[in-house]
Amino acid sequence: MSHGFLSPTGVEIAFVLVGVVTLGSAIVSVTTRRLVHAALWLVVALGGLAVEYLLLTAEFIAWVQVLIYIGSVVVLLLFGLMLTRAPIGRSPDADSGNRGVALGVAVAAAAALVWVVVDAFRTTWIELDGASAGTTKATGESLFQHWVLPFEALSVLLLAALVGAIVLSRKRAAEGDER
Amino acid sequence: MTDALDVTLRLLAVLVAFLVLPLVVGQTEHKVMAHMQGRLGPMYAGGFHGWAQLVADGVKFVQKEDVVPAGADRRVFQLAPAVALLPYLLVLLVIPLGPGDAVGQAVDAGIFFALAVMGVGVLGSLMAGWASANKFSLLGGLRTAAQLLSYELPMLLAAASVAMAAGTVSLTGIADAFEWWWLPWQIVGAIVFFVAGLAELQRPPFDMPVADSEIIFGAYTEYTGLRFAFFLLAEYAGIVVLCGLTTVLFLGGWQGPFGGDGLGWFWTLLKTAVLAFVVIWLRVTYPRLREDQLQKLSWTFLVPLALAQIALTGVVKVVIP
Repeated sequence: MSHGFLSPTGVEIAFVLVGVVTLGSAIVSVTTRRLVHAALWLVVALGGLAVEYLLLTAEFIAWVQVLIYIGSVVVLLLFGLMLTRAPIGRSPDADSGNRGVALGVAVAAAAALVWVVVDAFRTTWIELDGASAGTTKATGESLFQHWVLPFEALSVLLLAALVGAIVLSRKRAAEGDER
Repeated sequence: MTDALDVTLRLLAVLVAFLVLPLVVGQTEHKVMAHMQGRLGPMYAGGFHGWAQLVADGVKFVQKEDVVPAGADRRVFQLAPAVALLPYLLVLLVIPLGPGDAVGQAVDAGIFFALAVMGVGVLGSLMAGWASANKFSLLGGLRTAAQLLSYELPMLLAAASVAMAAGTVSLTGIADAFEWWWLPWQIVGAIVFFVAGLAELQRPPFDMPVADSEIIFGAYTEYTGLRFAFFLLAEYAGIVVLCGLTTVLFLGGWQGPFGGDGLGWFWTLLKTAVLAFVVIWLRVTYPRLREDQLQKLSWTFLVPLALAQIALTGVVKVVIP
């Protein structure tokens, strides 16, 4: 079976369309001047990413993306915004003067990531007709047979972050007692 | 052609279940609460024991004016009820009613899909709480977020335990693998899952986010008419989904003492209905928890219990392969 760029299949067209929506909502999310709207556009961007995973047959990753990023990270973001300051309407004072630098960093990071992905998977094609390559079983087997060490290293990193968070919050509480 | 027909019929069946079952639960709540409190409940609408009360309520909600507060964020305010309600429709799609393909749409990672999408529904309450431009709504939204963050963890851990026991994350696969002795084995996980689910739905005794005596009606304070009805419907659809999930994960789904696979749908519905009755019973029985008690219950009680259940599941799974 040949793979051509000039005769895209339905899945490929859907992939590009969802990608455009994801990119668009991501851009709106960083450019909008309304804080909570930025968080809500982030939901659209992360959801679009989940759909992209789904189109790449990585079903398990897609649901975990929704569970962790939309269900927890964005809820935590909104919680933080509501606790501190989340005015309805524009909040121009939330803008920082680092737009140029941020744009530079974002473009550099995106270029590096795209380059790595293209370089690594240039000739890899996913067969959509046969057995799915991204089922929970397949993901679990590759994760715990070939990638156990990075997995464990990541858990140590998370543990360190957890301990760090506890230390930071306890320190602040102790200072509060002295006052 | 038959494929398209099959899909259409399945979607239609799920839609009908989504529209009917929450109303049945709501009407049952009216009557059960009334009898537990020594009164009759609605008796007139529709004639026989007020069976049409909720239909009448629906007609009333449709006739009411749809008000958006002047200071509110219009678009987010209007979108919030849909975000709260639709996820439950999607979850209902993957809960198996019987063995084989008696399910709206079989999903390989069914547990993850169900829990992930249920978490999205809470975003609706958060959006409503923020966009209303009302301090009581904002407080309700804050409490919703805090509650979700603390109860999502034990719920996931309990679900992970039963997935470990079955060796699969597919809902149909888990109900298929169920044996009667799983009930005592997974009972702690089942209770943790059910309690955490109640908290995620903000049902009494975990209804701190809508505590009417403190913050009027939490995130839904400013809503009227049909949009308010959507939030109420989301709560009852949530009860159906939670009870259905608990049935499939911990009570063996369609497996019953007799009748075989043909009566599978009956056993699923019966177990779901009994659990829904328990949900209503708890509402009538227990007073509302305070915010700090609520957080404490999750972090110092449910999370350790869920972890212990996972350890137990692991040990049994290794000893009896």
